[in-house]
Amino acid sequence: MEERANMESKQYVVFKLGKEDYGLDIQKVTTIERMMPAARVPKTPDYIKGVINLRGEIIPVMDLRKKFGLPPVEETDETRIIILKFDDITFGIIVDEVDEVLDLTEESIENVSSFSNDVSMDYIYGVGKVGDRIVTLLNLEKLTDIDEEDKQGD
Amino acid sequence: MDMSQYLEIFIDETKEHLQSLNQSLLELEQNPDDTSVLNEIFRVAHTLKGMSGTMGFTKMAKLTHDMENVLQALRNNQIKATSKLVDLLFKCLDALENYTDNIVNTGNEGSNEYNDIIKELNDIVQTKSSDGGQQKSSLSGKKVSDLDGTSKEENQHPTAAIKLNQYELNVAAKAREMNMNVFKITVVLNKGCVLKSARAFIIFQTLERHGEIIRSEPKVEDIEDEKFDFEFTVVCVTKENEEVFIKDINGIAEVDEVIVVPIDIPELKTSTVQNDDNYERENVQTGGEEVHVQEEKSESNTSSQVHKTKTGKTVRVDIDRLDVLMNLVSELIIIKTRLAGLSGSDNAQTYNETIEYLDRITTSLNDAVMKVRMVPVEMVFNRFPRMIRDIARELGKEIQLNMSGVETELDRTVIDEIGDPLIHLLRNSADHGIEPKEKRLAMGKPAVGHINLRAYQDGDNVVIEVEDDGQGIDVEKVKKKVVEKGLVKKEIVNTLSQKDIIDFLFKPSFSTSDNITNISGRGVGLDVVKTKIEQLGGVVEVETEAGKGSKFIIRLPLTLAIIQALLVMVGNEKYAIPLSSTKEIIKVTPEQIKTVQKQEVILLRNMVVPIVRLDKILEVPPVERKKKDMTVVIVKKGEKLSGFLVDSLIGQQEIVIKSLGKLLSNIKGIAGATILGDGNVALILDVNLLAV
Repeated sequence: MEERANMESKQYVVFKLGKEDYGLDIQKVTTIERMMPAARVPKTPDYIKGVINLRGEIIPVMDLRKKFGLPPVEETDETRIIILKFDDITFGIIVDEVDEVLDLTEESIENVSSFSNDVSMDYIYGVGKVGDRIVTLLNLEKLTDIDEEDKQGD
Repeated sequence: MDMSQYLEIFIDETKEHLQSLNQSLLELEQNPDDTSVLNEIFRVAHTLKGMSGTMGFTKMAKLTHDMENVLQALRNNQIKATSKLVDLLFKCLDALENYTDNIVNTGNEGSNEYNDIIKELNDIVQTKSSDGGQQKSSLSGKKVSDLDGTSKEENQHPTAAIKLNQYELNVAAKAREMNMNVFKITVVLNKGCVLKSARAFIIFQTLERHGEIIRSEPKVEDIEDEKFDFEFTVVCVTKENEEVFIKDINGIAEVDEVIVVPIDIPELKTSTVQNDDNYERENVQTGGEEVHVQEEKSESNTSSQVHKTKTGKTVRVDIDRLDVLMNLVSELIIIKTRLAGLSGSDNAQTYNETIEYLDRITTSLNDAVMKVRMVPVEMVFNRFPRMIRDIARELGKEIQLNMSGVETELDRTVIDEIGDPLIHLLRNSADHGIEPKEKRLAMGKPAVGHINLRAYQDGDNVVIEVEDDGQGIDVEKVKKKVVEKGLVKKEIVNTLSQKDIIDFLFKPSFSTSDNITNISGRGVGLDVVKTKIEQLGGVVEVETEAGKGSKFIIRLPLTLAIIQALLVMVGNEKYAIPLSSTKEIIKVTPEQIKTVQKQEVILLRNMVVPIVRLDKILEVPPVERKKKDMTVVIVKKGEKLSGFLVDSLIGQQEIVIKSLGKLLSNIKGIAGATILGDGNVALILDVNLLAV
């Protein structure tokens, strides 16, 4: 952290999903909540866990593991819901664990376009490197595209 | 001067004035000789001129000014209120409405000058002035200003010209009745005076020892802020005579000059209705007064700019309703302290009492807030008489629109949306419903067709009916069209009930009209009406009798935010069914469920009611059920009944409707969500979409 290029760096909330580290632009994160019961909403894709009551507001919550095709796990004491807001859309994502907030400079972010054909690649816009850690940065706009192909699925 | 802060007030008031202008013009058309209507129109035009001038809307001011000239001539009986003239005035009204719309949308009045209208107006004035009417009109113009309370002396002293508003005039007139004097007192301070506002304060106090100050120019706030030159003028009601004032004020240091002039107050002639109106407006809206005051001064000052572009959505609220709200909030505070004071040692009874109290207050608070959002349907209705008049003219029919229940209130959000559907229905009635005069006479009906627009409250619903005494819906014609369009096979069409046939009218692009007119018949009407009403959570029904007329009935929920609901369990999930659409609850055994054409049904008092298995349709994870009996909630969708099969009932509860958010919008069958007492979320079912 010695040579922080202030003007170019952005802060990211880093969370864990399985073994991987993911990062979200901190500007889009409203709060981070402990896991709470969600009411299932019929006729939605299966990765929509349901809606929660966050201090009087109804907020849809997405199971990110399901969305990325990862095997389900038991929820633990570390499971968190990250509440995100952008473009007037508020929703939450369930993650295994929230780690820390990282500063990432533009140079340390690498564009990924072709190292895997995984489904989840669609939701990724880059990979950040801090030391020997690799943080996958998520593209939120893509995450909220739920209707088209998914809704037909049921 | 920055006028943007007044823009909203201006728009609100202008709309109100235009509305009353509209009504008055309609009245004038009926009674061309009614001077009180004429006076009202004149008053509105005058006010509009002043208001628009103040706000810098020159074109609008110009148009109203020319309108005023014509109205003046009308008042002086120099010209007659012919239908041509009324048409012209209506054109002016349209132009003014256009200006207002422009102002609402863009913040300025737009570039259209309506020179044709202005020319027509001027032509009328010119024809009458050729016979020497000009002089007469300027004479009566003077009389008007007298009525407004400007005395002659004041006119000579330009800086001190004070125009009393209606309320102040009333106070002054009352005072006069009680043998009190009304003085206009102008005080000039010494130029060397350092603390002007402090000095003024002393003078005010001195004055108030003797009487009551009903008006001050500049305003008291401005004087406090030292926003005045070295003189100010007040109007004071007092029992004393002028010498006392002169002596007392001259006794104060740094006062150069005191001028005390008695004011002539005209007799109270204006109608009381108008007075009340003015009074209330000033009470409700501070700032309204400023507009009034400046109105006179800055008619010429039209260069002010308006920066604001869009205005927000506002509701005018009766001050009484706000008082109720305020009271309830203060009660909430009381109960908060009471709750805070409760400690573990207190017994359960005190605790329960407090909770009950809290419950009562939240219920009242809820009601009060709802009421604040309520607006009378008049807001929408009052533009219809004009519309029907225009349509009737265009079609060469004679149509009378009768409206009732205009005071019925609906939620503001509903009011905003209901206008278009109603216009569609009214146009429909006028165009398709009401027959041409000759045909009516031939059928032995009165020549004038009637359209009744009725609004009333029915339980938790508001019902709006559009009824005409025209030819009704020709069911045979609809049938023919249905077959033509290939919607139903010819053999089947005759087996359908009249209601089913009429339902086709609500299908997209379905019109029975043979010829497309300007007004309707393009087949985009009724389906739009239906969609809109359903969006608002309402239903549309039609009753019709060939030759006698038809009636469209719209049922709307009173409010959209809070409803009574029946909570049910389906599997392990809780759902809310709006109570307004549930009819009854019955228990059935599995054997009672029969199948007709793959549709499960039950017999309810000899009626066949289709069954909807909520667990299937909502994809509820299956759970083991022990009981054999099943609970069926009978819901109504319009006239039709359906039965929702649920696992158990929880009970009736008042719920607050919340949306599921943008991400999950438009999920079929779910109307929203609500938060239950335990903090969990329950989904609200959309009965209209789930019922079969």
